[in-house]
Amino acid sequence: MSELSKLNKNLDLSSETIDGEIATLNLGPTHPATHGIFQNILKVDGERILSAEQTVGYIHRAFEKLAERRPYNQITPITDRLNYCSSPINNIGWHMTVEKLIGVEMPKRVDYIRVIIMELARIADHLVCNSVIGVDTGALTGFTYMFQQREKIYDLFEEICGARLTTNVGRIGGFDRDFNPEFIQKLRVFLNEFPKKFGEFASLLERNRIFMDRTIGAGPISAKRALEYSFAGPNLRAAGVDYDVRAMNPYCSYQDFDFNIPVGNDGDTYDRFIVRQQEIRESLKIIHQALENLPEGAYHADIPSFYLPPKEEVYRSMEALIYHFKIVMGETPIPKGEVYFSVEGGNGELGYYLVSDGGRTPYRLHFRRPCFIYYQAYPEMIKGALLSDAILTMSSMNVIAGELDA
Amino acid sequence: MSNDHILTEALNANFSGLEIIKDNYDCLNITSSEHDVHGLIEFLLKDLGFAYLTDLTGAHYPNSENSEFQVIYHLHNLQKNHRIRVRVHLPKSNPQTRTITDLFLAANWMERETYDFFGITFEGHPNMVRILNMDDMDYFPMRKEYALEDETRTDKSDRYFGR
Repeated sequence: MSELSKLNKNLDLSSETIDGEIATLNLGPTHPATHGIFQNILKVDGERILSAEQTVGYIHRAFEKLAERRPYNQITPITDRLNYCSSPINNIGWHMTVEKLIGVEMPKRVDYIRVIIMELARIADHLVCNSVIGVDTGALTGFTYMFQQREKIYDLFEEICGARLTTNVGRIGGFDRDFNPEFIQKLRVFLNEFPKKFGEFASLLERNRIFMDRTIGAGPISAKRALEYSFAGPNLRAAGVDYDVRAMNPYCSYQDFDFNIPVGNDGDTYDRFIVRQQEIRESLKIIHQALENLPEGAYHADIPSFYLPPKEEVYRSMEALIYHFKIVMGETPIPKGEVYFSVEGGNGELGYYLVSDGGRTPYRLHFRRPCFIYYQAYPEMIKGALLSDAILTMSSMNVIAGELDA
Repeated sequence: MSNDHILTEALNANFSGLEIIKDNYDCLNITSSEHDVHGLIEFLLKDLGFAYLTDLTGAHYPNSENSEFQVIYHLHNLQKNHRIRVRVHLPKSNPQTRTITDLFLAANWMERETYDFFGITFEGHPNMVRILNMDDMDYFPMRKEYALEDETRTDKSDRYFGR
């Protein structure tokens, strides 16, 4: 038996497969359809994929090593560049890790502000992923309209912190400033207008016969395999496991909010798409609740030895100048210890393993990047599929190069 | 009885020589010998339901003699929502331990990453090569063997970085 027919037999390909040569195809590193720098060396028979091998690390920037010589405050910009579609979640996750290490409780208002920002980021992240699934199936229209909405969310981020993509929002101990009235007003406008636009996008794809035929059954994974591969976030939930860090280990007062965890069945591209669509709706619900019940109070915790004081105060008051100097020069009483803290990022459990020896910088910092872990399953998910389905599977897994390579 | 107590009792009944400490952050730290660690993780997975490998990483402590390297596993029991940390110390002379890819598929790349950065090898791993760095790199960058600042500079030294 030839090698090809052996492979075909294992894959259970249909009988009309052309019994031709096996070709090796380099998909990437830079390929317009992969939305990032990913290389896959595919063995293909016609358009069927027999095997795939990924190469990762093209944009590895040694964040963990960089973090070992940066003071705690200066690590926030590094986290921006992990999953750059939802930077605020990474920033806030990092701040909360340090807060767990030093053992401080945040005021309720900080928690609620964080929840609003993180859920906006989640919506932006899911919007990119879902509209790109549309693009890869040939529906470009939804993408252009949803990117307009993403721009609106970035306008909101700009109002909060001055930046749009790499937000660097907040600081250890809370925020550098409170929500301003313009932000609240813009957010209300967004909450009013977005559901209608999003509904148009949803009606374009969710029950679209062509889209469903194209995505149902593409790149499936079972719940058991997904758990073995340590899938997380929407990809794991699409396979039918209701694991969400926000519900399992509530941080940031998530226990105060009423929201559902959408779960899929088959773990295929369509399920991943629908789970993300539903999560956008749940995130909107959470933002509504947080905005209506936004507590009064301080927008930062009272921990002067860790919280960078506002610059105006540094120029005016002696205490602020002293603390500013001490924090910047690394004279903060950071305790020794090790913590693992995780938040629900756009792609699932985003974890920070931090070891402190009491020094100015972390002794060891490791990011648990959900992309890096679940991208391992990609060859298994596309084995025997068509090349165009492989592209679709990758975009529906939402593999973000920055998070993959750290 | 709390999850931690049940776990501690089950582990002490099946393994000897484990060091089980609860840290200040309410997380159970289990330190095992290199010989036992594979069996321990298999027991945690198959009998105690720790079916989710959250994280696997390494660390380098150059000053602790004969246990310079650590491999740190974070395991999660999703049913009971119980997170634990398993740790194994490895000597610098032979930084090697058994792979857990036979138990968790997810461990594949995590172990390769640990090898890539620390040079810790995992015996029995199907593809023990570098993953994020280039293949012809001849050093392990996350080891604490390199000065943080350029050594030719006299105006800067590592003590400015708290080291």
